[in-house]
Amino acid sequence: MFYRPMLRFVPDNTRFRFMRARWFGLAGSFILSTLSIGLFIYPGLNLGIDFKGGIVMEAHTPTPANIPALRTAFGNAHISTAGLQSFGGPQDLLIRLDAQPTEGGNQAMQAEVRKVLEATQPGSKVVRSDVVGASVSHELFTNGLLALGISLAMILVYIWFRFEWQFAVGAVATLLLDVTKTIGFLVITRIQFDLVMVAAILTIIGYSTNDKVVVYDRVRENLRKYKTMPLSDLIDLSINETLNRTLGTSSTVFLASLPLALFGGETLSGFAWAMLFGIAIGTVSSIMIAAPILLLLGEHRLRRDVTTLPVKPQVPAGAAR
Amino acid sequence: MMYFGRAKTLLILGICVLGALLALPNVMPSPAPWLPWRTVHLGLDLRGGSYLLMQVDMSAIERERLDDLADSVRTVLLKANIGYQNLAPQPGSHRVFVHVRDAAQHDAALAALRTIPLSVPGEFTVDDLPGNNLSLTLQPGALKQRGADAVKQSIEIVRRRIDETGVADPEITRQGDSRIIVELPGIEDPERIKALLGKTAKMTFHMLDESVLPGQPAPPGVEVLPVQNTGEHLPVRKHVEVDGADLTDAQAGTNSQTGGWVVNFKFNSLGARRFADITRTNVGHRFAVVLDNQILTAPVIQTPILGGSGEITGNWDAQGATNLALLLRAGALPAPLQVVEERTVGPELGADSIRKGALALASGFALVILFMGTFYGLFGWFANVALVVNLILMIAILSLFGAALTLPGMAGLLLTLGMAVDANILINERIREETKNGRTPLNAMETGFRRAFSTILDSNVTAFLAHVMLFVFGSGPVKGFALTITIGIVTTLFTATVLARLMMVKWYAAKRPQVLPVI
Repeated sequence: MFYRPMLRFVPDNTRFRFMRARWFGLAGSFILSTLSIGLFIYPGLNLGIDFKGGIVMEAHTPTPANIPALRTAFGNAHISTAGLQSFGGPQDLLIRLDAQPTEGGNQAMQAEVRKVLEATQPGSKVVRSDVVGASVSHELFTNGLLALGISLAMILVYIWFRFEWQFAVGAVATLLLDVTKTIGFLVITRIQFDLVMVAAILTIIGYSTNDKVVVYDRVRENLRKYKTMPLSDLIDLSINETLNRTLGTSSTVFLASLPLALFGGETLSGFAWAMLFGIAIGTVSSIMIAAPILLLLGEHRLRRDVTTLPVKPQVPAGAAR
Repeated sequence: MMYFGRAKTLLILGICVLGALLALPNVMPSPAPWLPWRTVHLGLDLRGGSYLLMQVDMSAIERERLDDLADSVRTVLLKANIGYQNLAPQPGSHRVFVHVRDAAQHDAALAALRTIPLSVPGEFTVDDLPGNNLSLTLQPGALKQRGADAVKQSIEIVRRRIDETGVADPEITRQGDSRIIVELPGIEDPERIKALLGKTAKMTFHMLDESVLPGQPAPPGVEVLPVQNTGEHLPVRKHVEVDGADLTDAQAGTNSQTGGWVVNFKFNSLGARRFADITRTNVGHRFAVVLDNQILTAPVIQTPILGGSGEITGNWDAQGATNLALLLRAGALPAPLQVVEERTVGPELGADSIRKGALALASGFALVILFMGTFYGLFGWFANVALVVNLILMIAILSLFGAALTLPGMAGLLLTLGMAVDANILINERIREETKNGRTPLNAMETGFRRAFSTILDSNVTAFLAHVMLFVFGSGPVKGFALTITIGIVTTLFTATVLARLMMVKWYAAKRPQVLPVI
């Protein structure tokens, strides 16, 4: 362990024919993403207060929270809570309220909740209180979308600049498929979608692009090395050559995110679960989606110069050098 | 690529040592007071405290200016003996509208309106509308300028008010065109602060118009205002006799006769002179102290008040009087402020978050290190050393710039570490491939680094782009996340490619192995 490597994911010189399953991968991905878009439309994301506006208060009660009594007390004070539940321990209470029609209303409502809480369970302490007004939540939502959109556009331009356009289109198309599936995952799990989740999606985009870039880099290198190898064989070869790296990096990011998901606390666990899902999806899509798209787009174009070049003897990768 | 001269080696080690020194304050107390001892600044979500995003009411600023202009129009037209009708501010179209009764006086009216002074060049235009109508229209540029001034002034007033309450280290910054961020570390219940900031505290002294009978509509230049806590309404002349801006001091105190709470105030010389003038000429009449469109008190002037000081009686308890005195001392806000976003975290919850974050960070770090050792042997351990240095450098940079570490920021640190080893994995895999292709150890390391480098650069640039966008468009704690990842990408490029390479080179020079420990 301290000198030589002890383990590897796959043996050297594997020859998995990934491109044989390209239609299967593309079709499967397309179906999942379409389903996800459907889920996004109905029932839709479980928006947190960052994007929906409203009030969330976390309280610590001296004795186990008496939820029925609190419910009655809030009812008597004409406060309609959108959610009243304990979480974590029995003394931890989470109170959610929808956004009030005015900003002043939000503030008044928050003060009112504190009062009722103190009256019903004296000694209760509000440990967290978030209030987001309607104008701010709209802005946060717009800015979140802008950040996502501009990042995608910049990645497209960068890859286009560094590679041929087929690579850029392949990468961004795959990213869109990844992101839609992640959103589908968030809809199914009902994980709250808030600002931190935008950060998660951007990180997934960054990570997933990185993964594609590594495979594409190898494809480009091999295009120069094996001038006459059919593109589908060449892509298969490139994926096989980079397989240990793809799985290795996925594992380290996965291992880093896992503790966050398991005991990172309320704010971070949703973020980390989204990350874990995104990493898994991103890894699969590097192999099953990004490469086939490249094959479809580049079958003839990336090899335009083949006929004009003298044929060189083929040397499979990893053989004698 | 596989040669490091003495100077280069020293430079690399120097950066590492400097990083360690800069990160040191986070783990030990300052040994000497003269040393710059900067630690990572904890965000409010970890430290506990209150974040308030406040909106300056821009429409109120415009409305106020239009009211002023309407007053000026009334004054100049009366002075020139010009009959007018329908004089009204029209905030919807940013103008004051007036109809001149007699068409023959149209040109005279236009000339009179042109004499109204502009507060900034090009502030408004005097327009000739069809049908013998005239208007003063505020220009967008001037409005914007007025708004920007108002925000600047509001920040100043907010700072004074908060300083008066004794809250430690408040941070007050502007955001965008019309918002102010107020960060209050250590505040668990910001109710009092919000109450203080929610008041404009514009205090003015007016004369009452005693000719207006109760229930009668107010004539021009007079408005009916409610009296605080009584439900009574009184007609007040709009003309401001003395402005609260001319106060130099205000203190809460008790009245020697009634024992009730009062606010004692003192005017500056201008205010004192004007106050003396009106109280001298109006003995036996009532005047009103108006605060934010409410009459606090409306006493009859018994004797002229010449000393420039006085007391205001209201219906207050000690807290009410203290708050009012504080507001008067700090000055009036140019426009109302409203809380549009609030995030308050108690210190216990913050400490709990730090504990959870640190636990996740430690275990994630341990898992990554174990993975690298198991899968890459010695070169994996080189990567692990680079990883530790990476963490130290990130903490050093965060400390140096005083950037706030938030809870998402801690997640960013961990994810950076997870992704940083990607560079080492790429390099190690490449070296392994080149070795299997039959290259000599040194040649394999050289080629491995060179070939892997462009890939590493490509993948880091794309991640960098994504997170810079998040930093630009994100807000609050999420900005902290984007910041740590962005810093992490830069430090990763150094530790994973330069430092790890230096370790390999020095190891190779010392051991001269026949085969690399990669297979």
